[in-house]
Amino acid sequence: MQKHSDKFVIARKSASTNPLKMSAPLGAAMAYLGLDGCLPLFHGSQGCTAFGLVLLVRHFKEAIPFQTTAMNEVTTILGGMDNVEQAVLNISKRAKPRIIGICSTGLTETRGEDTGADIRVIKARNAEALGDCELVFAATPDFAGGMQEGWGKAVAAIIDAFVPAADGTRALRQVNILAGCHMTPGDVEELRDMVAAFGLEAIVLPDLAGSLDGHVPGRYVPTTYGGTTLEDMGRMHRSVATIAVGEHMRISAERLEARTGVPTRFFDSLTGLDAVDRLMVALSDISGQPVPRKYRRQRSQLVDAMLDGHFHFGQKKIALAAEPDLLWAVGRLFTDLGAELATVVTTVPAPHLERLPCAQIIVGDLWDLEEGAAATGADLLVTHSHGRQASERLGLPLVRVGFPQFDRIGASHQTLIGYRGTRELVCSIANTFIDSQHAHSPQDWQEDRHGGSHAAAG
Amino acid sequence: MLKEKIQDLFNEPGCDKNQAKSAAERKKGCTTKGLTPGAAAGGCAYDGALIALQPITDVVHLVHGPIACLGNAWDNRHAASSGSQLYRMGFTTDMGELDVVYGGEKKLWKAIRDVIADRDPPAVFVYQTCVPALIGDDIEKVCEAATEKFGRPVVPVNAPGFVGSKNLGNKLGGEALLDYVIGTVEPDDAGPTDVNIIGEYNLSGELWQVKPLLEKLGIRLRACITGDARFQDVATAHRARVNMMVCSQAMINVGRKMQERWGIPYFEGSFYGIEDTSDVLRTMARMLVERGAPADLTDRTEALIAEEEDKAWAAIRAFRPRLEGRKVLLYTGGHKSWSVISALHEVGMEVIRTSVRKATANDKARALDLMDGDESALVGQIPAPEMYRMLEDGEADIMLSGGRTQFIALKARRPWLDINQERHYAYAGYVGMVELVRQLDKAINNPMWALIQKDAPWDEQGQVRTSGGEG
Repeated sequence: MQKHSDKFVIARKSASTNPLKMSAPLGAAMAYLGLDGCLPLFHGSQGCTAFGLVLLVRHFKEAIPFQTTAMNEVTTILGGMDNVEQAVLNISKRAKPRIIGICSTGLTETRGEDTGADIRVIKARNAEALGDCELVFAATPDFAGGMQEGWGKAVAAIIDAFVPAADGTRALRQVNILAGCHMTPGDVEELRDMVAAFGLEAIVLPDLAGSLDGHVPGRYVPTTYGGTTLEDMGRMHRSVATIAVGEHMRISAERLEARTGVPTRFFDSLTGLDAVDRLMVALSDISGQPVPRKYRRQRSQLVDAMLDGHFHFGQKKIALAAEPDLLWAVGRLFTDLGAELATVVTTVPAPHLERLPCAQIIVGDLWDLEEGAAATGADLLVTHSHGRQASERLGLPLVRVGFPQFDRIGASHQTLIGYRGTRELVCSIANTFIDSQHAHSPQDWQEDRHGGSHAAAG
Repeated sequence: MLKEKIQDLFNEPGCDKNQAKSAAERKKGCTTKGLTPGAAAGGCAYDGALIALQPITDVVHLVHGPIACLGNAWDNRHAASSGSQLYRMGFTTDMGELDVVYGGEKKLWKAIRDVIADRDPPAVFVYQTCVPALIGDDIEKVCEAATEKFGRPVVPVNAPGFVGSKNLGNKLGGEALLDYVIGTVEPDDAGPTDVNIIGEYNLSGELWQVKPLLEKLGIRLRACITGDARFQDVATAHRARVNMMVCSQAMINVGRKMQERWGIPYFEGSFYGIEDTSDVLRTMARMLVERGAPADLTDRTEALIAEEEDKAWAAIRAFRPRLEGRKVLLYTGGHKSWSVISALHEVGMEVIRTSVRKATANDKARALDLMDGDESALVGQIPAPEMYRMLEDGEADIMLSGGRTQFIALKARRPWLDINQERHYAYAGYVGMVELVRQLDKAINNPMWALIQKDAPWDEQGQVRTSGGEG
């Protein structure tokens, strides 16, 4: 096992309690949902798909195309290749997708199926029936990593499958964006707009803003409608630069660069003043254009929001739980504004988190968050919707970030990046603090309430 | 062991569906046709077992498997509790690669030990999933040893996903109760009017819409299996006088085997619909009297039914002016394919189609009767594009269905009402049917529909339309 620094506390418990983590195949399926005309397929028992489907529907409030190879006892023993083949043929006949995005699961990986090889055979012997329906496969055992890792694996597989190798041509105003799992459709849209403002055209992979931004297509579509098209992917090798967002996109970015020679501009985060400044400088450099007036103005608005907001953030104790890259982006914003990351929980010990300004990071679950929040006297919980139970028990406000947000509408439009997204986040969190402000009372300054009382009035 | 159990369930004599099959068909089990690769919908057996047992509120539900089985699935239903909230917490062994290689039994053992130490529950339910089943983790043995060591029931629920559908999982969940829970505690307060309700999960608090009716009659709910149940309630359920089976296909084995083991007669009924609710009360009272309850229960029940029905119909009729003539597409199944129709008719709504998926022959007959013998109004599965078209073309003004088809209606910009298990509103009993009609009114008469059904004032190229002028 890899050795981690003392900063990571790996919760060595046998019973994970109120999981923070969701499965890698679910992350991979979500990445596939960012492709146009796509239908994700889990190679596993039907429950694997059903649970993922319910969660995606509850979060996005959208019909989600999603299928299963419906493995049963017999096929689990004898092997699932026939199920994959039948599933692929059924789907291509019924839904006519451009792409079927296949993921393995714990069940089939435990069996040790070589699904990648099976799919090559299936493709070859069904060329006619499949027509122009493409297949792509990512190996995503449930017992390794979480959503973020599954998303990363799927994007790498998509690049291998659909992006051509370098051919010496360049489209001078075209850039690639490799969007991370932590980016909402709102984030993707914001980034595309920022890129466009510099006179550049962005090809986003995966493009959830195209598929899951909650639009009304005006007809019935059995696959995704919108997202990265095969044609778009077919010209990614000609871009002048690739903007990769989130540490978990590094593998995909390296693969894309090795294949196409398109140089990568890597961003660990696009949330917060510094991070967005770096993006602006990079976009100006790529395009040769000055920073547009709109964003100069937005920067100023963010600075102003930080000025107004810092009163509320200063010395607040935050209990934060998220997958590594969202944690990194949001965590930094809190410390930027003078709040303390009192309890931090994540799903895997990602090395870049060592630089997060906090004492320790627990690789654990939402019970660790709840216990930590109680022990450190946290003022605010920040995690996905499953934090609601801890919020009720502790009587602490909960700011929902990440996936899933099943008890909110408009989750796909929540925007955490860019000057505008950061500004909105600062304001909404500050408003949450204001709502839960301590009411002043004559007891505030009594001798026996030494020290802490005034801080509580913050 | 598990294989025998499943064969036993496929032979279930209490299940009309199974009994209608040939021996060979029966062996293949339930809903095999639902498992077409690439065209399947619905949960696995583990999902079904969890749905059936998780409403038991005061125990720890511990899932032995990789993160997907619980991480993607916990706290996702609205089974309500009047007490403990422990059942809403998610516990899993979160098997990693090393557990898969070396086996997960030790981790499971420690997990059981830890949850007992941390939560002190009256019992722990341990759910088997595909991966540990495949590598040969023997949860039954682990649970047996843990029960002995920790001195409280640790119940194995052996329904790994790949053994079949959600429905089979419901039954396997019921088997776990029969094998390890029901009859393990003797109550000191058994009485002549004790009943169990089996297969009711108290989603959105529906049990609480009907429980007051029983209380008014002096009927005591010994155990609801499993809505808002405590472990102790279920453990003493064998001392009830009568069992009511709700959603009979799901846990029929529990009712029938309780009759076999403890001589408790059961009947099937539903709290969806006014006549249904009355039937339930009437049957329950009759059977209790037959088993020794005071004879005046019958008359008191009739009086209550008359009073409640009058009240409910009056309340429903008040909605008639707002709902009359509206067309409903009823896309559910089982007994719901007919049980809400009379309330819809009472407010003057027209049911254009009702889906009789998962319905028994009896369900279908009742639906046909309510649809004036129009066979064409009884449909099976409606393909999604057809459903979209029916709504978009205005053949139906509203669809009543489950969450799976919600967005077909909404994307067609038509009203939709959830009447399946994820619903947020409770529709059981007399008050529930009034609530359903109230929700229908709320959905269909929202002024928003007129606004959003209007096209944008430009064409597909964004050219503003000049003709007409009103936009």
